[in-house]
Amino acid sequence: MAELNVEALSVEAASVVRQQSAWQRVRRHTSVRIGGIVLALLVLVAVAAPWLGTVDPSLFDPASRDLTPGQTGEITTLDGEQLKHRFLMGSDSFGRDIYSRVLYGTRVSLIVGVATALVALAVGIVFGLVAGYLRRVDGILMRVMDGVMAIPAILIAIALVALWKGSLLTVVIAIAIPEIPRVTRLVRSLVLTIREEPYVEAAVSLGTPTWLIMWRHILPNTMAPLIVQGTFICAAGILTEAILSFLGVGLPPDIPTWGNVMAEGRAQFNEYPHNIFFPGLFLAVTVLAVNILGDGLRDTLDPKMAKRG
Amino acid sequence: MNADAPILEVQNLSIALPSGGDRTTAVRDVSFTVGRGEIVCLVGESGSGKSVIAQGVMGLLPKQLPVTSGRILLQGEDITHAPLARLRELRATRMSMIFQEPMTALNPVMTCGDQIDEVLREHTKLSPAERREKVLAIIKEVMLPDPERMVASYPHQLSGGQRQRIMIAMALVLDPVLLIADEPTTALDVTTQAQILKLVLDLQKRHGTGVLFITHDFGVVAEIAHRVAVLRLGDLVELGPKDSVLRNPQHDYTKMLMVSVPKLRTEERPVDASAPVVLSVKSLAKTYDDRSWFGKRRTVHAAKDVNFEIRRGQTLGIVGESGSGKSTVARCVVRLVDPTGGSVQLGSDDIATLSPGALRPLRKRVQIVFQDPYRSLNPRRTIGEAMIEGPMNYGMAREPALAKARELLKLVRMDESAMQRFPHQFSGGQRQRICIARALMMEPELLIADEAVSALDVSVQAQVLRLFEEIRSRLHIAMLFITHDLRVASQVCDMLAVMSKGEVVEYGPAHRIFGAPQHAYTKALFAAAPGKDFAFGA
Repeated sequence: MAELNVEALSVEAASVVRQQSAWQRVRRHTSVRIGGIVLALLVLVAVAAPWLGTVDPSLFDPASRDLTPGQTGEITTLDGEQLKHRFLMGSDSFGRDIYSRVLYGTRVSLIVGVATALVALAVGIVFGLVAGYLRRVDGILMRVMDGVMAIPAILIAIALVALWKGSLLTVVIAIAIPEIPRVTRLVRSLVLTIREEPYVEAAVSLGTPTWLIMWRHILPNTMAPLIVQGTFICAAGILTEAILSFLGVGLPPDIPTWGNVMAEGRAQFNEYPHNIFFPGLFLAVTVLAVNILGDGLRDTLDPKMAKRG
Repeated sequence: MNADAPILEVQNLSIALPSGGDRTTAVRDVSFTVGRGEIVCLVGESGSGKSVIAQGVMGLLPKQLPVTSGRILLQGEDITHAPLARLRELRATRMSMIFQEPMTALNPVMTCGDQIDEVLREHTKLSPAERREKVLAIIKEVMLPDPERMVASYPHQLSGGQRQRIMIAMALVLDPVLLIADEPTTALDVTTQAQILKLVLDLQKRHGTGVLFITHDFGVVAEIAHRVAVLRLGDLVELGPKDSVLRNPQHDYTKMLMVSVPKLRTEERPVDASAPVVLSVKSLAKTYDDRSWFGKRRTVHAAKDVNFEIRRGQTLGIVGESGSGKSTVARCVVRLVDPTGGSVQLGSDDIATLSPGALRPLRKRVQIVFQDPYRSLNPRRTIGEAMIEGPMNYGMAREPALAKARELLKLVRMDESAMQRFPHQFSGGQRQRICIARALMMEPELLIADEAVSALDVSVQAQVLRLFEEIRSRLHIAMLFITHDLRVASQVCDMLAVMSKGEVVEYGPAHRIFGAPQHAYTKALFAAAPGKDFAFGA
């Protein structure tokens, strides 16, 4: 009985786990595909805007004011040349082509959305790591964050843009700042959980310096929920930018953004709803696509947050 | 109905696993019966399919695990594919189940009384007063003190053992003919386990309940079973009366399991009293202050006045139940937590009070292996990266570190190819070997094993225990071995410290304590260890 070969009979040899990689799961998810395809099309539109039958979005012609979608009119280039142009989405009260303005506006919206998410994540990750790992800073930092969260996001953004000057950079920063506390809280809570993991304690006893533990053991394991959070910040950023522009406190009115187009169309909304309908449609579709993508990423990357199914 | 007919008959049961796994069936062609008043133990290691069978009987199988063939008969009624409504009628009235973790099996926002009452409301037409009487009666029957208070308590206000008693009360309140117990004592301390096992035995004798008892622990089997069914990877390999299976196993797998169960060793081990002292702990204390803005200040003594020393080539075991402070001591020695008093003398340095900066050069001299092999390795780093992290922190170049890692993997009997793979590609036992190798990379003077074999299956546990012994004799290092399992402790320890409520109540040579325990707590602990009457091990 004692000579029995224990190793040969052991069960564990059979239990090598075959696992789908995260990337494979993400690619196969329906929501990720739908959101991803719509967003890819929007990026394509933004990049290829000059070649999609548009004119310079700042061009106007008094003769072509308030055209309804599909009407043909004239437009004057900067050289004074008169061009015949078909206004696919109509024109506004200055005689500018809404189709061109909406397509070029896609650039602004996507850039603002992505940049806001990146800025908010970058700053939030640093704050969150510090708060989660250095207990002495935690109290002060988190109370400041609570303070920022107590002020409505749109108010902070308006105040900040008013303080500086409306430009792409200031708008991005103004939108990102109110999002930072949310990211900080998320990262902090993740750090507080992960720092108790035995593999982090093992790293401590292996003499790994604190900054390297954060970089090597903690940060990579917070990534999945952060990517998900990033998509939601991106969607919120696109919306906030549109709101700021619509209120006239965002980018200057000569820059074509969806919010600006809608703001200009507001006065004549009753007679010419197309001024607001088309930019509004693009805005809604973009935000919906980002959110669907985010939902899909959450289901695949972050199973703890995913709905049961 | 015939009184001798079995209550539960499982006939040629097969249950499929979803595709993509390492095998196609969770359970294959399993047949057994449970008679009236009989306790049948399903024993097996993880992945043997023992819990799947229990879920199958209760009709709790998830859709991904369909019954592909065979029948399950409860008192002659085929319930294999019974509709949900019928199963609902049967559950609690004819068959019921208790689970491993009573905290998660009870609803935290309902009082215990309401939860038992709910069973009665669903299945009987009793008046509220009659129901209350019945609830109090069953609570008395499971030997809970102060039934009135228990009825009004929420689960979090009770201890683990009391919660499990509430679960048992809930399961037995309608006097079912079949009780399924799925590892009901695994999450409990050994003294509590002994009480719960006794309770289950008493109740089933009094009510004539048939019990299907699922466990991985042969000690528990020895205490409670009438008949034993041994499962391995979904196959039933052996079925018979307890005495014949435990004393005279037929199948190779059962024999292997019986050999692997650590036996209680009491013979003297040679101790080299002249070996240098590696670690000397003097009046170590750790208190936690529960300071809140409102309410009283509470001080918890996780460890107080702990003294011991470990010599080179020696293993000191610390045994105790949960909350005894044994892990706190280990964490103080590694300085994962800062002790609040006393000294931790490592060679000539006292590391109890050193600042983090001054501590860093000394850290490599003490290494620790944790309980949970699934969380001890960063899931996003390869085994190779994990292995060389420590030495590279202390200035070793990458190439020699990699060479050393390959060598140590060989020492723990792992293949070199493991270096490029990720933790999820390994089993629990393999991961624990990797963790041991990672600790050895630092060439520590003291290796701490904090419940390092507790999460492992018994056959894997035997291998890892042997590995620890081999490492100690070959590398001649000192070891601090923390465990709740007396049998395991007796296998590897030269010296033993028994802890209870933060204090060391007994300390001395292991063979002396195992042979003749002095302190009342140690005696109680030994008396509670299941399976004393059977000689396990090789």
